[in-house]
Amino acid sequence: MAQRLRLTVNGSAREDEVEPRLLLVHYLRERCGLTGTHVGCDTSQCGACTVLCDGQPVKSCSMLAVQAEGMAITTIEGLAPSDALHPLQTAFWEEHGLQCGFCTPGFIMAASALLAENPDPTDEEIGRGLEGNLCRCTGYVNIRRAVHRAARAMREGAGAPTPMGG
Amino acid sequence: MAVSQLIGSRVQRREDPRLITGHGRFIEDRLPVGVLHLAVVRSPHPHARVVGIDTSAAAAAPGVRAVLTAKDFHAQLAGAMPVTPSFAPEKKYVPDRFPIASDEVCFQGEPVAVVVADDRYLAADAAELVAVEYDPLPAVVDPESAVLPGSERAHSDGPDNIGWDMTFDGGDIEAAFAKAEVRVTERIWQQRLAPTPMEPRGVLADYSPYDEKLTIWLGSQNPHFIRLFISGAMGIPESRVRVVAEDVGGGFGSKISPYPEDYLVPAASRILGRPVRWIETRTESVMTTYHGRGQVFTAEAAALKDGTLLGLRLTQIVDLGAYHGTFGAFQACACLMAGGVYRWEAVQGRTIGVLTNKVPTDPYRGAGRPEGTHLCERMVDRVAQEIGMDPAELRRKNFAREFPFANNFGLQYDSGNYDGTLDRAMELVDYAGWRQRQAEARKQGRLIGIGLSTWVEICGFGPSQATAAATGGIALVEAAQIRFLPSGSVAAFVGTHAQGQGHDTSFAQIVADTLGVPMEKVELRHGDTAEGPSFGYGTYGSRSLAVGGMALHKASLVVRDKAQRLAGHLLEVSPDDLTFEQGTFAVKGDPSAHKTIEEVALAAYGGNLPAGMEHGLEAVSYFDPPNFVWPFGAHICVVEVDRETGAVQVEKYVAVDDCGNVINPMIVEGQLHGGIVQGMSQALFEEVSYDQESGQLLTGTMTDYLVPTMNEIPSLTMDRTVTPSPTNALGVKGIGEAGTIASSAAVINAISDALGPLGIHHVDMPASPDRLWKLIQEAES
Repeated sequence: MAQRLRLTVNGSAREDEVEPRLLLVHYLRERCGLTGTHVGCDTSQCGACTVLCDGQPVKSCSMLAVQAEGMAITTIEGLAPSDALHPLQTAFWEEHGLQCGFCTPGFIMAASALLAENPDPTDEEIGRGLEGNLCRCTGYVNIRRAVHRAARAMREGAGAPTPMGG
Repeated sequence: MAVSQLIGSRVQRREDPRLITGHGRFIEDRLPVGVLHLAVVRSPHPHARVVGIDTSAAAAAPGVRAVLTAKDFHAQLAGAMPVTPSFAPEKKYVPDRFPIASDEVCFQGEPVAVVVADDRYLAADAAELVAVEYDPLPAVVDPESAVLPGSERAHSDGPDNIGWDMTFDGGDIEAAFAKAEVRVTERIWQQRLAPTPMEPRGVLADYSPYDEKLTIWLGSQNPHFIRLFISGAMGIPESRVRVVAEDVGGGFGSKISPYPEDYLVPAASRILGRPVRWIETRTESVMTTYHGRGQVFTAEAAALKDGTLLGLRLTQIVDLGAYHGTFGAFQACACLMAGGVYRWEAVQGRTIGVLTNKVPTDPYRGAGRPEGTHLCERMVDRVAQEIGMDPAELRRKNFAREFPFANNFGLQYDSGNYDGTLDRAMELVDYAGWRQRQAEARKQGRLIGIGLSTWVEICGFGPSQATAAATGGIALVEAAQIRFLPSGSVAAFVGTHAQGQGHDTSFAQIVADTLGVPMEKVELRHGDTAEGPSFGYGTYGSRSLAVGGMALHKASLVVRDKAQRLAGHLLEVSPDDLTFEQGTFAVKGDPSAHKTIEEVALAAYGGNLPAGMEHGLEAVSYFDPPNFVWPFGAHICVVEVDRETGAVQVEKYVAVDDCGNVINPMIVEGQLHGGIVQGMSQALFEEVSYDQESGQLLTGTMTDYLVPTMNEIPSLTMDRTVTPSPTNALGVKGIGEAGTIASSAAVINAISDALGPLGIHHVDMPASPDRLWKLIQEAES
C-alpha cells in the first residue's frame, strides 16, 4: 500500500508515492537517482549510507523513507554545488583520504556533521565523531588528516565550496 | 630518456573527483530499465542432504518471474567450477563444485535455489517461501581432526577429507637438525578471516538472445578470467562475452575467483531473456565470500647457541572449506616463504589441504606470505628468547646479504638491504630507549613488549614459466595497449584492474613520462574486456605495477620508437640523429629542427609516411617478467598489555619498507597504511568463528565480525629505503600486500615479548582481551 511522501532532497522539494517499507537509502538511490549513498552492511555498522536529515547524520539503510516525511535530506551529491567541492571533499582528495572510495561519501557526510558541531576537533573527537563509519582501505590515517585539514580550511574562512579541479 | 617529471611525484589521484562527490560507478549503481532482481536461497545447514524443494508458494508470490533450482541450471551451465594447480599441483580429492547444490549441501550459505522478481523486496519475500526439506548430516568443522582417518567426511561420497598433501624439501633438513644446539617448537593458529571489502559483491548480467551476446558487470579484480570461465560454462564464445568491472569497492583477494552467483545470474538472464542482477548483503558476504587464512601450523626451528639459524620444519594444515577455492592452493606458498629473510641450511614445509563444511578459503591480502612471515618471525623470536639473545641481533646474524639470494627452494630474491630497513626502523622507534623503558616497567610489574618483523615477500606474479603451470595454462604475464590518437591524446589500456590502488593515476604517470606528454593527455582504461588487448591478467599478488605498469611502459616505448622513426623521416635525418626530451624529437646539433610527439602522432595518420611504415601510432605489448619481485622491510611494534584486563595498547608502530623505485609516494604510503592496519586487525580483532559442534557461523554481521574503527588504530610512523628491482626497467616492486604481510608478526611478537616475564611465550590471533586475560590468569595462578 503506497504512501505519500513529501520531503526535500538536496534543496529540491519532492513528492512521491512509496511503499511504507522502502528504506530511505533505496529511495534516494533508486527513486531520486542519487547513487552516491552506498549500502555496505545492512545493519548500521559501516556508515557508508550516512546522509544528513535536517542536518543530523543518519544511517539511511536503517531508516524508512516515510520516516523522512517533511525533512530536508542532504546527500553527498548535495554537499556542494555540482561544479564545486566542499572543503571536506577537497581535503579527502588532497590527503589521499580514500582508496576504493566506497565508504567515502558516508565519511564525508558524517564528518560534515561533526565539523558543524565542533570546528576544531582533536584526534579523539574525530575518532568519536566517526566511530560509526568503517573503512577497509586507508587504515584511517589519511581520513583523520583530511578531517583536520578541512576543519582548518573552514576555520580560516575557506568554508565556501571551491571550484572543481582546485 | 626525458627528464622524469611525473614518476616519483605525489600526483593527486584522478579517480577521486568522482568518488568524493558520489559519482563513482559501483556495481549497485547500475540499474538498467527492465532489470529483474535475484535473491539466493541458501542452506542454513553446514552439511545436509536435500530431500526436496517446494517452489510453488514462492513461484505464486507477487512479482516473481521465476524460481530456479539446480535442475534448471544444469541445462545452462557445463562442467565444474575451476580449481587451479597453484602451489599444490598434486591434488588428492577435488570434489566437483557446481554453482548450486542438488542433493547435498556442504557449507552454510551454499545456494539451493534462486528467486527472480520485479524488485529486490519481492525477491527477498519470495525467497522466504521456498520450502527446502533437509536431512542434516554431521558437520566437519575442525581441520586438524578432519585429517585423521575415521573422521566424518565433508562430502558424503568423498574418500576422505584430504585435498592435498605435499612436502617441499629445501635442503637436507635432517642434517640441519642434527647440528642443533637449540630447538624450539610452536603451534601457530591462523584464524579464518572475512576479507570484508566495503562494497559487497554483486553481479548484473544481460543476455541478448538475438545476437547471442552476454554482458556481465561485476566487482572483479580480474574480469578477463571471469569472461574465460563463464563463457566456457555457458558455451558462449569468449568473443561474445563482455565482462565489465567499473569502480570496485575493495577486493583484498576476495574478488579474484569466480563465485556461484557469477554463473547463476548470467544463466538466469539467458533463461528469462531479461537483465538480472544480484547484490550481496553483508551477511551473505561474511557467510559466502571466500574467507582468507584458516590455517594451523606446527613448526620446529633448530639453531646454534650463538644464534646461527640451522633448520626450519613446518606442517601447514589449510582449512579448504567445502570445496577447493579456484586459487585456494596459493596459500601453500607459506611453506616456500617460511624461511623469510634469513640464511637457513634447510627448510622443509609440508602442506595439507583439508576439506571441511565451511565456505571455501581463497587468497586474501598476502595469501600465504603473511602466514609464512608470521611463522618465520615468531620462530626466530622464539629462538632468540630461548638463547637469551636480542631478537634484532639474532636477525642481523642471519640476514641474507648477497643478491640475488637463492632461498632454500631456489627462489631468487632479486635485491634487498635488510640491514638498511632494520637500522632505520630501530632508529625511528628508539629501540634502545624502549628496551630500557621495558626493563624499568617490568620492575613495576607492567607488561611492555617490543616486536620486530623483518619481512620479505614474493610478488609480481609472474614469470610465464612459473605461472602457466600454476594456473593450468595461462601465464600471468600482462598486456597493455597504447593508442596515440590523431589529436595527440593517448588512450592506454592495461589488463590489470584496480580496486582502490589508484592505477588511473600512477599508470598514467608512467605513460605520460615515457611518451613525454602531459598527464592530462593520457587516459587509462581497464576493467572492460571489450577494450584493449585480447586478455588481461588482473590485479592481485601485488603484480599490477611490476607487471602491468611494465607492460604499459613497454608498449609506450614501442610507440615512441615508431614516432622517432617517423620524426626522422619528417625532419629528413636518420632517427638515430634525434634526441627525445620532454616530448620533443630534435635534431642533434640543430635543436631548432624538431617535432613534438603530438605533431608526429598527427602525421602518423597523414599522407607522408616513410616507405614501408604502416599508418597509425599504436602498439600492444605483453610483459613477461624474468623473475618475481621481492619487496622487504622492517616493522617494529611497541605494546603495553593491561595485566588486569588483557587489553593491548599499541604505543608505537614503525614501518620502514622498500619497494624499489616509487611511482607515486602518496599512493605507496596509503597502501602501506591500509595493509598494516589489516594485519594488525588480524592480530588483535578479526576472526570468523563457527560453532565447533554444529558448524554454524557465529560471526554473521559486522556486529560480530570486528572490523576496527578509527579509534582502534594507532598512529603509524613510516619511512622507506629505495633498493631498485633489477627485474624490470622501472626498478619497481609491489606494495599492495606488504603492510599486511609484515604487521601481524610485529604485533604478536610485541605481545609475546610483553608476556614473556609471565612465562607466556606465544599468543595466538586474535589477541583479544579475553584470550590474553585467560593466559595471564593461568600463568599467574
